Amino acid sequence: MANMNMIQALNSAMDIMLGRDPSVVLMGEDIGYFGGVFRATEGLQRKYGEHRVIDTPIAEGGIVAAAIGMSVNGLRPVAEIQFADYIYPGFDQIASELARIRYRSAGEFSAPVTIRTPCGGGIRGGQTHSQSPEGIFTHVSGLKVVMPSNPYDAKGLLITCIEDDDPVIFFEPKRLYNGPFDGDPNKPAVPWSSHPKGQVDEGHYTVPLGKADIVRGGADVTIITYGTMVYVALAAAATLRLDAEVIDLRSLVPLDVDTICSSVRKTGRCVVAHEATRFSGFGAEILSIVQEECFWDLEAPIQRVAGWDTPYPHAFEWEYFPGQARVAAALKAAMEVA
Amino acid sequence: MKSLSRLHLPEAPARPGEAPDFSYVHLSPAGAISRPDVNARARDIAFLSTELVRVLDDAGTAMGSWHPHLDVADLQIGLRHMLLTRLFDDRMQRMQRAGKVSFYIRSLGEEAVSVAQCMALRPADMLFPSYRNQGLHIVRGTPLVDLMSQLLSNTRDMCKGRQLPVMYHSKPANIFSISGNLATQFPQAVGWAMAAAIKGEDRLAATWIGEGSSAEADFHHALLFASVYQAPVILNVVNNQWAISTFQGYAGGEQRSFAARGPGYGIAGIRVDGNDFLAVYAVTQWAAERARTGAGPTLIELVTYRAAAHSTSDDPARYRAKDDHEHWPLGDPIARLKLHLINLGEWSEERHQALTAELDALVVASWKEAVTYGTMSEGPRLNADLMFEDVFKDMPAHLERQRAAMRAEKG
Repeated sequence: MANMNMIQALNSAMDIMLGRDPSVVLMGEDIGYFGGVFRATEGLQRKYGEHRVIDTPIAEGGIVAAAIGMSVNGLRPVAEIQFADYIYPGFDQIASELARIRYRSAGEFSAPVTIRTPCGGGIRGGQTHSQSPEGIFTHVSGLKVVMPSNPYDAKGLLITCIEDDDPVIFFEPKRLYNGPFDGDPNKPAVPWSSHPKGQVDEGHYTVPLGKADIVRGGADVTIITYGTMVYVALAAAATLRLDAEVIDLRSLVPLDVDTICSSVRKTGRCVVAHEATRFSGFGAEILSIVQEECFWDLEAPIQRVAGWDTPYPHAFEWEYFPGQARVAAALKAAMEVA
Repeated sequence: MKSLSRLHLPEAPARPGEAPDFSYVHLSPAGAISRPDVNARARDIAFLSTELVRVLDDAGTAMGSWHPHLDVADLQIGLRHMLLTRLFDDRMQRMQRAGKVSFYIRSLGEEAVSVAQCMALRPADMLFPSYRNQGLHIVRGTPLVDLMSQLLSNTRDMCKGRQLPVMYHSKPANIFSISGNLATQFPQAVGWAMAAAIKGEDRLAATWIGEGSSAEADFHHALLFASVYQAPVILNVVNNQWAISTFQGYAGGEQRSFAARGPGYGIAGIRVDGNDFLAVYAVTQWAAERARTGAGPTLIELVTYRAAAHSTSDDPARYRAKDDHEHWPLGDPIARLKLHLINLGEWSEERHQALTAELDALVVASWKEAVTYGTMSEGPRLNADLMFEDVFKDMPAHLERQRAAMRAEKG
């Protein structure tokens, strides 16, 4: 075991997969010689060469399309989209092509591509470096969608995704790259070295898709969340002295419905929290599932915490971010009704 | 009110009721254009992108340095493939009109593109077609029954009922699945070729796009990536003059040839008479050799004419001169190769008629067999459970639940 931040854990996952499987290639803007703007691929081109860790033009549509073609020819590309906000030029290739090649060819062709992309706010990124577009991709049939919340899971999940024969969009909450963040920007940053999930196995291991993690067991209320909001939810519940059960989904598609529903059946109360915008967000899907599966076990209406339905503003970052106060208000509402 | 607009709008040469006018098509005489060494640098051979490589003249004589000197047997095979493609198209068009097939797209007048190009490539080369490249399947031997079964979405459909008619694929024939979204295959072919280069394979990729869809960003991504990585790929723009009702001027063809996009990206661009079987073959062979020897990608513009409607859902009489096709200066690819073979003393009207009858019988027999596997309205049907398969490699729980719900709904 070694201390790793999330960047180092992701780097280790790619390092291991490049070493184990000659069909794995990395590609993306600035990822080769430079090692990536967030350093996730640092040292990998030096170690594996320019033909396996490939710098690309600034053309996300071209990157995704080329990755598809490579995967059809037997490679396993891991493509980095530098920011999730930049993924839209590649959207047609993702939604109409990548997601459907297995389906439309009746399984004759497939495209095992992993697309890594940093998402989320809290880094003063403004409206083009802060978005959380995961819900757009969960709506596309044929894509798996993953978002880890800590270094240990990030490495195990990324290895699983690279080994998976289906395409995966792998979102990395960039505010968590260097440490867990509870939503309070005024507190000193906490490094991953002080967190148990910053202890990462240096070898090959996997974390399965479709298996949520119960980050904290509890009896009062279930908080269903993922990414940065895991830590915000934990902090808000602690402040309110609630015995909350906090579920980190880790993978949105496939979704661990069983873990969600057994928890809500136990607590009878449910709060769903994500950083992405609220309207038609992934939280709405969770809400529907809980309502469909657990209606008669609910003691109170399900509450939803999300980013406001505006672009992510530069100057009002902390008014926008769904911090502890917004989670606490939702928790209180979920607890108040008898 | 008098318009103040100074905006330039490309104008079609002839709309319904007007006389056909193809004076805008720049032609070079057959045999006039020199054939550079396959390793020539793109910047030194830019002339190929604005001239027109032709081998066959109007009298059916082959000439010039691009003459591929094919065996007579190969010419006869080429003629056979083109004729079969046309007869297959004719019959499927009629089956659509008879309500047996929901939709069809003919390649009438463009048969040399797929047939000659595919014959100039090796079976291991990977093809990323558009929707008017049925000749690729004909050349690579995909059984007509399989193509027809796809059109019928029947129990033998290679796509398991998931795709619009004509969106074929064949893994054994190395022909990729057709999307239906335009131009997406172009940069994918480049990625495939990049992988071939990474793996050190002696295989290339070829892909096709219409001049209309060359307007998509995917076209430009393909040229950019092909240029940056010097991928072993042949990028083909089939300039058949029309994108449904939109004249090629609206794709930017009015100011510059499509082949000339190539030199702009540092790629060899070459403009070829797309209805000249020999020229298409020779140019493709040249491009393939460039790709195989590491001389890089080639952009080929195949100048042809969409003689039929865009699809069975289209009526060209509403937007172009009715007899346009008869005035097309580059003629018909089958008639031209036939004339050439007759000139060589290796073909005759009698043999042509006999071949037509033989191939038509094959089409008819294949159709008879295909319908035994079901049609949209009668006979055996695919199990609707197939809808839920292949979304992912393994079916996730939510799709299992939905499949159960669909079954319950059916009762």
